[in-house]
Amino acid sequence: MIPAKFEYHRPTSVQDAVALLAQLGEEAHPLAGGHSLIPVMKTRLAAPEHLVDLAGISSLKGIRREQDHIAIGAMATQSEMIASPLLAEILPIIRETSLLIGDPQIRYVGTIGGNVANGDPGNDMPALMMCLDAEYQLAGRNGERRVRARAFYFGAYDTARQNDEILTEVRIPIPAKGHGYAYEKLKRKVGDYAVAAAAVMLTITNGTCRAASIGLTNVADTPLWAEAAAQALVGTRIDRTAIANAANAAEAITNPASDGHGPAEYRRKMTGVTVRRAIERAKLRAEV
Amino acid sequence: MPKVQVKMTINGREVEALVEPRTLLVHFLREQLGLTGTHIGCDTSHCGACTVDLNDMSVKSCALFAVQANGATILTIEGMAAPDGTLHALQEGFRQMHGLQCGYCTPGMIMRAHRLLKENPNPSEDEIRSGISGNLCRCTGYQNIVKSIQYAAAKINGVPYQEAAE
Ligand SMILES: Cc1cc2nc3c(=O)[nH]c(=O)nc-3n(C[C@H](O)[C@H](O)[C@H](O)COP(=O)(O)OP(=O)(O)OC[C@H]3O[C@@H](n4cnc5c(N)ncnc54)[C@H](O)[C@@H]3O)c2cc1C
Ligand code: FES
Ligand code: FES
Repeated sequence: MIPAKFEYHRPTSVQDAVALLAQLGEEAHPLAGGHSLIPVMKTRLAAPEHLVDLAGISSLKGIRREQDHIAIGAMATQSEMIASPLLAEILPIIRETSLLIGDPQIRYVGTIGGNVANGDPGNDMPALMMCLDAEYQLAGRNGERRVRARAFYFGAYDTARQNDEILTEVRIPIPAKGHGYAYEKLKRKVGDYAVAAAAVMLTITNGTCRAASIGLTNVADTPLWAEAAAQALVGTRIDRTAIANAANAAEAITNPASDGHGPAEYRRKMTGVTVRRAIERAKLRAEV
Repeated sequence: MPKVQVKMTINGREVEALVEPRTLLVHFLREQLGLTGTHIGCDTSHCGACTVDLNDMSVKSCALFAVQANGATILTIEGMAAPDGTLHALQEGFRQMHGLQCGYCTPGMIMRAHRLLKENPNPSEDEIRSGISGNLCRCTGYQNIVKSIQYAAAKINGVPYQEAAE
């Protein structure tokens, strides 16, 4: 399969990339790893006239600690996140989630920026970023701004990013030490997108849940932040009743499609199952 | 649309060429350079038959444009055997342990296994299986592919290969 023709641009700075996008307009798309974009270009579901490759912009690389945040450059790949000692120590849920994306070859190439900017509800990072209350740094012709992941997704492939904007970095507040975490993804085989998946972060002190956050992948036309589900845990000892309440609250906000991943009813139920499993695993990992 | 000048090192050889931006890396290798050892299986980035080594990463060359590889160092199956024809340990392993039947997946399997062994010279069976989870084989059932990679790991590490008891 051969994509439609396009013109290729390879700027070396964010400023130049933004200028190109502003000048070329709607028909120009940023290109990161290309592992979401190129497959749809091959089937000609997308036929951008210009691609602005971000690979030559060195400032978009790297994973850093900045005071109370972790900043991940948009072009950091899934395998770089898996190998990062900083993330392993401070945000191990990112490693756990990255390992469930695609397969080894995909993970060498796919980037965090592409994964969260894509707007496909099947991508795994967006719900995790909602769970972690991450912010996306955007650079455009009118300067820079930050948008919370929780306010970024409007619909399938419809996000707060303007056409001339580049997502330069993902900023994640450092979570409490000793937090419990789990990303639970139901899929039929390696390389599949989720039937349903849940990201869970918990803080427990003296056996009582003090804070909780839950994100859901691929069970609506956007990733979901399951606020009520998380609230069902706070103040409890995360016993069976609290977990069932959280799972029910999560199921209630889903609106999955019936497609190759299964019928909608099944995917809604599986949302509850992944939420329950993720909470149980996060609870075991939390220092109490 | 203007063609783009690209330069890469492929199997130790400097290559310069003009490519259309939409040319996929796998088509560039096979059709422009005649390196037909890299196969196209699914053409949808699932099967791994098109796997090559690019800047020390295993990548699916059907899901990348040749222009993205500008400046890269690439190794394909054609670059695995020594110039005198001596097989690479992985090639020898696949031959000795019957790691192939039709052979269609083999170049991709070997290129992926090559990077796996560079990163993890002594992988467990589980690590081999998850390491090659982006490569599909419709013939072998994987058992002999795993053994082939274990054979190669032993040979590279200079230890005798011992088949695990079944
Ligand atoms: C076989 C296969 C299996 C996969 N499985 C999974 C999976 O299980 N889970 C999962 O989450 N993903 C999966 N993916 C997708 C993969 O992880 C992609 O790499 C990722 O979704 C997009 O990252 P990318 O760097 O390849 O982005 P690209 O494909 O280059 O870009 C994706 C979109 O985002 C835009 N974009 C990219 N970077 C930026 C930026 N910095 N600023 C603004 N816009 C930008 C592009 O214009 C494009 O519209 C799979 C892909 C394949 C081929
Ligand atoms: S041909 Fe590239 S992954 Fe199948
Ligand atoms: S040997 Fe036939 S596909 Fe693997």
